[in-house]
Amino acid sequence: MAVLVLADHKDGALTQPTRSTVAAARKLGEVHVLVAGEGAGAAAAAAARLPGVAKVLTGSEAPALAEPLAAQLVALAPGYSHLLAPASAAGRNVMPRAAALLDVQVLSDVCGVVDADTFIRPIYAGNALATVKSADAKKVLTVRATSFDPVPAEGGNATVEAAPAAADPGLSSFVGAEIVKSERPELTAARIVISGGRAMGSAENFAIIEKVADRLGAAVGASRAAVDAGYAANDMQVGQTGKIVAPELYIAVGISGAIQHLAGMKDSKVIVAINKDEEAPIFQVADYGLMADLFKAVPELEAELAK
Amino acid sequence: MKVLVPVKRVVDYNVKVRVKADGSGVETANVKMSMNPFDEIAVEEAVRLKEKGVAEEIVAVSCGPNAAQEQLRTALAMGADRGILVEHDGVLEPLAVAKLLKAIVGREGPALVILGKQAIDDDMSATGQMLAALLGWGQGTFASRVEKEGDAIRVTREVDGGLETVSVKLPAIVTADLRLNEPRYASLPNIMKARKKPIETVKPADLGVDVTPRLSVLKVEEPAKRQAGKKVGSVQELVEKLRNEAKVI
Repeated sequence: MAVLVLADHKDGALTQPTRSTVAAARKLGEVHVLVAGEGAGAAAAAAARLPGVAKVLTGSEAPALAEPLAAQLVALAPGYSHLLAPASAAGRNVMPRAAALLDVQVLSDVCGVVDADTFIRPIYAGNALATVKSADAKKVLTVRATSFDPVPAEGGNATVEAAPAAADPGLSSFVGAEIVKSERPELTAARIVISGGRAMGSAENFAIIEKVADRLGAAVGASRAAVDAGYAANDMQVGQTGKIVAPELYIAVGISGAIQHLAGMKDSKVIVAINKDEEAPIFQVADYGLMADLFKAVPELEAELAK
Repeated sequence: MKVLVPVKRVVDYNVKVRVKADGSGVETANVKMSMNPFDEIAVEEAVRLKEKGVAEEIVAVSCGPNAAQEQLRTALAMGADRGILVEHDGVLEPLAVAKLLKAIVGREGPALVILGKQAIDDDMSATGQMLAALLGWGQGTFASRVEKEGDAIRVTREVDGGLETVSVKLPAIVTADLRLNEPRYASLPNIMKARKKPIETVKPADLGVDVTPRLSVLKVEEPAKRQAGKKVGSVQELVEKLRNEAKVI
């Protein structure tokens, strides 16, 4: 039986976590992709070009709400053994709802596929990994994107067809969105991430980090402490309660390295820590540690990178 | 309106969890237990709705062992009016908890259920959405702002890249994200008062719910440890290493 991936997309393009979810899905069977929401048409064309995708289904172009989208997944479910989505805000909103409608226990944040019934997922903020076997006939999962190398964007040639319309239960309506417009890459897809912690001292001081980010083509993140202090927006939060990232280079500036932050970035390939506290736990996971005052070191870093 | 707030007993967020040597789970014996932090935010929001005159009664519910009464008392001390303990000693997965809560909703008839967006033990982030599905109610998940508007509730949600606002018809489910509010500390007089507030105990069987787990845990292990690397003495040395040794810039 085929497996169905619910795609995440933005401005008509698929997100990188969607391509990672397709990579996880390929371990389970023939992959079909459902694309719904604003800009679904263009994103569906992109999904059809992913290697390993056999069919793309397009849903409604209306802003994606959990209730009709879950109804759509349930309507399609009889044809599939597994339903997957990236463990993004969108996937985590809709997949548990669809799972409950199917009387299935959802598997959240899957970071390993052992076989068709057995999966590995982090618990306790990634301080433990549980291997769990599902007794449900159908599996519903969200996928931790950083644990699966994304499939290439090109190489496939799938058919695209409209998904049969599912009734909107009319339980909620979309009012509006305030999406931050940024020239910088998306935090979860960036090759380099530079994050600031509480030691940044103010929202204005994040400007010195942003300069380095622009120099490196990096995304800007923040620790929960910096978000709680109001220095950074919540969607910049890296950690257990924020985003999980695994870039090639992660630069932690003025971040002590609380467990909850480490849970969100410890799978990065190379970690750099800049902190004036020699005892900061971040140094225990950093490949390169620089003990220095960030207000001196960060502008110096920017100048050095400009050379 | 009546507001229902489910709360979960979990290992305190400050405890460094240890994986059991036999790989069967994590050590929870003799470990400090607390209310799940996101559930505290949910309780706080319900109490604020009551203080604004939007909510009339707050019922806190916990599904778990007898000791979860402690977490119900915390909710009562924060301002909930009464508690219900659905007592069960074994594993309760989100789907089972959602079924238990559906039965409680059937008895209590709340217009709003506010839950934490995620429990910090199993990190499933699922119970609220599952309860909404089973009840056929709308859901406003990962809420950073909640306002009642006539027969609907307007929920500002934390989504990737920013915020999204939805209007959800009542009765509805809301799950609380970090920035919804900052939970209060219960004052000593309120802790004393909470001791007199009623807690009713029921069993899953009384509610006619089968809570058999769907997942079997084959093993639990520690993730691979990262090794600490080297200290560099200057920014110049750092950039040199990143360029020539790590080759990432």
